[in-house]
Amino acid sequence: MKNQNTSLFQKELVNEALKQSFIKLNPKIMFRNPVMFTVEIGTFVMLIVSLWVLAGEKSQGSFAYNFVVFLVLLLTLLFANFAEGIAEARGKAQADSLRKTREETPAKLVLSNKPGFGLDTKNVMSASMKKGDVFICEAGDNIPTDGEIIEGLATIDESAITGESAPVIREAGGDKSSVTGGTKVLSDKIKVMVTTAPGESFLDKMIALVEGASRQKTPNEIALTILLAGFTLVFIIVCVTLKPFADFANTPITIAAFISLFVCLIPTTIGGLLSAIGIAGMDRALRANVITKSGKAVETAGDIDVLLLDKTGTITIGNRKATHFYAARGVTENHFIKCAVLSSIADETPEGKSILELANLNPSVYSNLNNPVFIKFTAETRSSGVDFDQTRIRKGAFDSIRNLTVNAGNKFPSDIEQTVKDISSNGGTPLVVSENEHVLGVIELQDIIKTGISERFERLRKMGVKTVMVTGDNPLTAKFIAEKAGVDDFIAEAKPEDKMNYIKREQESGKLVAMMGDGTNDAPALAQADVGVAMNSGTQAAKEAGNMVDLDNDPTKLIEIVEIGKQLLMTRGTLTTFSIANDVAKYFAIIPALFIASIPALKGLNIMNLNSPESAILSAVVFNAIIIPILIPLALKGVAYKPIGASALLRRNLFIYGLGGVIVPFIGIKVIDMVVSIWL
Amino acid sequence: MKTELLGIIAMFALTVAFAIPFGKYIAKVYSGDKTPLDPVFNPIEKFFFRISGIDEKSEMNWKQHMTALLTINFVWFLLGMFVLMSQGSLPFNPDGNPSQSADLAFNTSISFVVNCNLQHYSGESGLSYLSQLFLMFLHFVTAGTGLAAAAILFMALRERTTDKLGNFYNLLLKSCTRILLPVSIVIAIILVFNGTPMTFDGKDTIVNMQGDTVGVSTGPVAAFVAIKHVGTNGGGYFGANSAHPLENPNYLTNMAEMIGQMIVPIAMVFAFGFFLKRKKMAWMIFGVMTIGFLVLTIPTISWENGGNHAITAMGIDNSSGAMEGKEVRLGSTASAYWSIATTVISTGSVNSMHDSFTPLSGMTQLLAMMTNAFYGGCGVGMLNFFIFIILAVFISGLMVGRTPELLGKKIEGREMKIAMIVALLHPLLILAGTALAAAFPEITSGTLNNPGFHGFSEMLYEYTSSSANNGSGFEGLGDNNLWWNITTGFVLILSRYIPIIGPIAIAGLMANKKFIPESAGTLRTDSSTFGVMVLAVIVIITALSFFPALTLGPIAEYFSMR
Repeated sequence: MKNQNTSLFQKELVNEALKQSFIKLNPKIMFRNPVMFTVEIGTFVMLIVSLWVLAGEKSQGSFAYNFVVFLVLLLTLLFANFAEGIAEARGKAQADSLRKTREETPAKLVLSNKPGFGLDTKNVMSASMKKGDVFICEAGDNIPTDGEIIEGLATIDESAITGESAPVIREAGGDKSSVTGGTKVLSDKIKVMVTTAPGESFLDKMIALVEGASRQKTPNEIALTILLAGFTLVFIIVCVTLKPFADFANTPITIAAFISLFVCLIPTTIGGLLSAIGIAGMDRALRANVITKSGKAVETAGDIDVLLLDKTGTITIGNRKATHFYAARGVTENHFIKCAVLSSIADETPEGKSILELANLNPSVYSNLNNPVFIKFTAETRSSGVDFDQTRIRKGAFDSIRNLTVNAGNKFPSDIEQTVKDISSNGGTPLVVSENEHVLGVIELQDIIKTGISERFERLRKMGVKTVMVTGDNPLTAKFIAEKAGVDDFIAEAKPEDKMNYIKREQESGKLVAMMGDGTNDAPALAQADVGVAMNSGTQAAKEAGNMVDLDNDPTKLIEIVEIGKQLLMTRGTLTTFSIANDVAKYFAIIPALFIASIPALKGLNIMNLNSPESAILSAVVFNAIIIPILIPLALKGVAYKPIGASALLRRNLFIYGLGGVIVPFIGIKVIDMVVSIWL
Repeated sequence: MKTELLGIIAMFALTVAFAIPFGKYIAKVYSGDKTPLDPVFNPIEKFFFRISGIDEKSEMNWKQHMTALLTINFVWFLLGMFVLMSQGSLPFNPDGNPSQSADLAFNTSISFVVNCNLQHYSGESGLSYLSQLFLMFLHFVTAGTGLAAAAILFMALRERTTDKLGNFYNLLLKSCTRILLPVSIVIAIILVFNGTPMTFDGKDTIVNMQGDTVGVSTGPVAAFVAIKHVGTNGGGYFGANSAHPLENPNYLTNMAEMIGQMIVPIAMVFAFGFFLKRKKMAWMIFGVMTIGFLVLTIPTISWENGGNHAITAMGIDNSSGAMEGKEVRLGSTASAYWSIATTVISTGSVNSMHDSFTPLSGMTQLLAMMTNAFYGGCGVGMLNFFIFIILAVFISGLMVGRTPELLGKKIEGREMKIAMIVALLHPLLILAGTALAAAFPEITSGTLNNPGFHGFSEMLYEYTSSSANNGSGFEGLGDNNLWWNITTGFVLILSRYIPIIGPIAIAGLMANKKFIPESAGTLRTDSSTFGVMVLAVIVIITALSFFPALTLGPIAEYFSMR
């Protein structure tokens, strides 16, 4: 499902959009878009004028000419509706393919919930389940609806949603307790409580957004609509006052010419594409496997100043790895490594496993011990290890092993103390190994920074986004990793409320903050952040608190979201500029055409040397109409964002869409005129 | 011709050279810092505040500012009506001029209160000395009103969140005493030494070459003419304005008056930079304004110097330029320069007949008023430009993918709505006014000096001048009658106060918002790129709104004359 490269105009989508183009002609729907609504009025007037000419009126030119103007205006409307229709259809298709994964599935509903799995169940359909119901899923079952595991643990195949084939583990309690409808249980058993009633899940909300039922205009869209309405008003004034001006100069102007002038001047290009751009923004987010709860969230993402990222999983690859063995003075390296391995045989943590990996010893060295007793790590001893024969091997944090050795009356070697300090200041974690309360050496664990992550941070910095790393590490380690990864700031030894306070502080200084989180203890911070992205694997509380849900559980997704937000705004801005810049050429086409008959001297203004007044006016309206479908792909894909700094970006877009917007219609109108004049 | 060019280059260079330190001084005045003139003005201002009972320390929010501004303006208007309608029977009327009719008094009073000075009368016969003095008072206080409004804008744009924007009366008084008065005194002294009258005696007499004795109107002209320019008012003492030899005796006074009228608007741009500590942005604004000014001025000078080929065709020497309606002592270059300077900044004083300029020069004068943002009037120029900055910030913010912000404040729907209303008002008033006049030819055509395209330009010019608060005229128009007095009167009121209230409201709303520090993603509003954007917005809005009207006026006239 992910990364499927659908072409922009699939047949069924086009058919749906075509149907919508006509349905949306309804003035009630049209009224939402003031620019296109005025075009609709103009179209209607032209229909009346055409009929009037048919009935014998002589002053308005030929019927064919008036009727063609009417048809072109109608086409303009249909093109604009088509743009909105195709954007909606694409969004809907995308959402539908997600929705398909959660069609009616049978569920084993628990009749009366008690701990344990040996309960009476009843087979029901997923649609009939309510919030608070509990169901059981076993290996091979499809999970019927979104919920939270309340008992058990299971491996789950989430590829239907994320496209990621590796199964994930989900278990009750903790931050990975959420399951999504449509995913499949591969092993074990879980008991799940329904958290959202069918039809109210995030996906359903998103589909409603795309379909326009609950789509509200975002603040930025409102401001732009005001600007466009303003321009429309200016041209109403221009066109209405032109009538007495023309009368004063004894130059009669036909209604067709008036309406053509008006429709060409008002920003129909952006007016027609505006809602398509907004929908396409949400659609792009959905394609990136991010469900947004509102269009506003996407826009806000483009404005983010500060990005809070968890260290683990985002900046570093999951867990620390052993990278070095440092034997103490007087201890052979082989013996130290052997003991380090022995202390880690029973250590199931990724760190422990990485010690075995680094040592790379023959298993025979440690596989036949006499009655080994493995000592588990506890919070009190803060060490683990193994006892066999008369040997006690321990591995643990620096201070816990130091206590152990000093209490036994032994000296902690000074060279190891120095090594421990060095490792810490280099961002590593030292683990000291002792044998019978004598220090053997120290293992260095290091965080592995993801490849390419510092480039991404560099890109964010160029966008003006400050990155903040959140970690439970001590400040020294945190600082080292922050510098190495290239983040701008870090929060060390972070507790959930630290995140919250950091966000609040940044917001007080006027910045917009985005963060990603999954745990229930992240929920307040997710709610406080301007853009809170919850991972789909996270708890229900986290998902409710954020305003986006990332189906891929990918912590770097925020970077993509920021770019999507920026693209959305940029597409609006550049097309507005283009639309208004077009007017220069349209003026030079239409104004001479209006007056040339009565004031022949004004032919000097006909700098495009257009064939006749009628062909000039027709060319302008035809250009005005066809530029809309030509720009649909751009509106749907979005203008490319390049992090080259705001001024450089403005220069670039001003050059392409501003200057281009002035020049392109001169060429376009001239070409259309050459074609049109064949018939006129 | 070369000397004439050097003359105007010197004029412009001197203006800018004076304006920069003066801008620094203005910024100090508004921020309440120490200035060398404190010992002179502190006691005077204290005296004013004591007798009026105003606490100049009590700060106002933007709404209280606007209430104060409108109230005091209304009082001035009523006073004006009273003085003008009863001047015939009031003192200081040595020439025995009659009282004004109600509609003329309405138009005169309004047009002086709004700093436009449309003048549908001639000073020599239309006003008593008392009225001239009252109008001189208005010259000061209305320019002060504009400056105070700009000062409110400066206060609102500071990097903080507040609704306390200083005290209106304090800003108004300081604008008059500390900014307008010193410059006016300097200009007035230059004028007096070059022969401009400054007296309360009645008409003087001269014996002309034919031996007839002719009465020559005099009066307190020098003081009046000085503030007429410094306050970008433009309402002349005599009907012929600065083309009159007693208002503008020679090339030197012409330079002084020219510098006098441009210095405050340009200094306000630099004051903006010094006040907000954003000098680079001030230079950006100055750059955009100057480019706009030069783009209008240079062709106008070249057209006027080139002369009128219709006159050449008649075998008349045209080598000193199109001299119809221009003063020989000033020449075509300085007149052309003046005609654009007086229209870009809203002075509207003239030293030549704009009606007689070649058609395209008429168009550049019109365009200067239609944009109304290149330097602009005292204080209000900055306000008008601010609206274009808001629009440019909005569009360019979108173009770089960031919710638009200006000086650390977000620009949202409400600000856009106000900016759009203000931007719309200007074309609405000009086009709708002209359309009305064109729709009733039975009333208006009798007042036109010319038929056809030029007559249309005369009407268009009158409403443009009113709406731009300029006050100059295509003086072919017979404008002292009910139609022109009343319609332009209403245009004047709307076009003065809405473009003041709008920007102040936007700034007031912005001042209340949270201040966002700049980041690398913030669009810099002091870059040349942004300057290009602002210029593009100004040009596009003007070009798009007025192109059809200009086509039927000066453009059609130009093509018909070829």
